[in-house]
Amino acid sequence: MVRDILKLPDERLKQVSTEVVRFDAALRFAIAELEETRLAGPAAVGIAAPQIGWFERVVIVDVSTKKGVANHGHLILVNPEIEHWEGYDIGREGCLSVPDYTGNVIRATRIRLTAQAPDGAPLSFEMEGFEARAIQHELDHLDGTLFVDRVVSRRTDLFQRKVYANKGAAKSAAKPGAGSGA
Amino acid sequence: MLTLVGEDRPGIVARVTAALTQAGCNLGEASMIRLGGSFTIMLMVSGEGSTADLEGVLAPVATELGLRFHLDPAGGGLHRHLVPNIQVRVMGADRAGIVAAVTGALAQTGFNILELESDVAGDAEQPVYIMQIQGCSEQTVEALREAVSGLRSQGIAVDIAPVETLIG
Repeated sequence: MVRDILKLPDERLKQVSTEVVRFDAALRFAIAELEETRLAGPAAVGIAAPQIGWFERVVIVDVSTKKGVANHGHLILVNPEIEHWEGYDIGREGCLSVPDYTGNVIRATRIRLTAQAPDGAPLSFEMEGFEARAIQHELDHLDGTLFVDRVVSRRTDLFQRKVYANKGAAKSAAKPGAGSGA
Repeated sequence: MLTLVGEDRPGIVARVTAALTQAGCNLGEASMIRLGGSFTIMLMVSGEGSTADLEGVLAPVATELGLRFHLDPAGGGLHRHLVPNIQVRVMGADRAGIVAAVTGALAQTGFNILELESDVAGDAEQPVYIMQIQGCSEQTVEALREAVSGLRSQGIAVDIAPVETLIG
C-alpha cells in the first residue's frame, strides 16, 4: 500500500529513528510499502523510512535511472552507517517531504558505507558523486535532519570553492557526470 | 511586486516587512541583497488593499530610512518554480559586454535564465567579473558549450555543467 509522505512542518520528521533489530517478515513488508511509496510519487532516487512515519533506520536508494551516474543499483539499506567521508561538492536537492522547493547543499563526494540487507546480512560499499549524495540525503532523515537544514546560499558559496575543488584530488576522482554540479 | 532600494543599513528588512505585516499583507518569494552600498528588495506581496493603500503603508518607513520603492501589479503566484537543469559559470577580466555576450549566445539556443548573480572580484587595478547563471535548456550540454565556444578567444571563460537535482 502506498503510504502518505510526511511533509514539513510535520515535527515527526525531526525524530531520530531507531536501529532495526528484527529481520523478519514485518520488516520485509514495511520495506515493500516504502518502495511502493517511493515509486508512486515524483521521480525520487531515494526514500527513508521516517518519511512514511516509520521510525526505524531503513532507506532505499536507486540512482541507476540517472544516465552516466556511477551506482550500485537498487539498494535497500538497513541500519546504514557512513564510516568515511571525503571531499565536498555542492549540488541541488529536493525532497518528497519538502514539495516545491530545491536548494544547494554541500555533501561529501566519496563515502564508505556499511549497512545490513533486509535479511540481516552485512553490506559495505564505496560510493561517489550523485549516489553518495543520495545516501547522505537519506541517512540525514534517519537522524531527523532535512536538506533544508543544510541549504547554503547560492551566492556566497560557490565559484571560488568550485575552482579550488576542480584542482583538488577529491574532484578529479569523481567521474564526469557523477557530481550534481550546482 | 515591491521593488525597493536604498543605502544599506541595519533594520531595513525588519522595518519594511513589519509595516507590510501590520497592514495585513502576506509576503511570498523574495530576493533581497546588498549590491554595491545599496540594499535591494524584490518582494511578492499580496493583500486586500489597493496599490495606493500599500504606498501609504510604506511611505513613512521609506522616508525615515531613505528608501525608494515601487509597486507593480504582478500576475503569477506562488508554487510556480522551475527547476534549473543547467549551471553556467563565467569569469573574465572585467570589461563592458561580458553579460551581453554570454547571455546573447545562450539566448540563441533558447536558454531560459532563472537566476543570474554576478560580482566583480579582484581589485581596482585588475577587476575580475564573475557570473553564475542557473537556467533551463532543452539543448544538450555539448550544444550549449559549442554555442559559447567563441567567447574564449575574447578572454571569457564559460563553464557549462548540468544540474542534476536530487529528489529523495
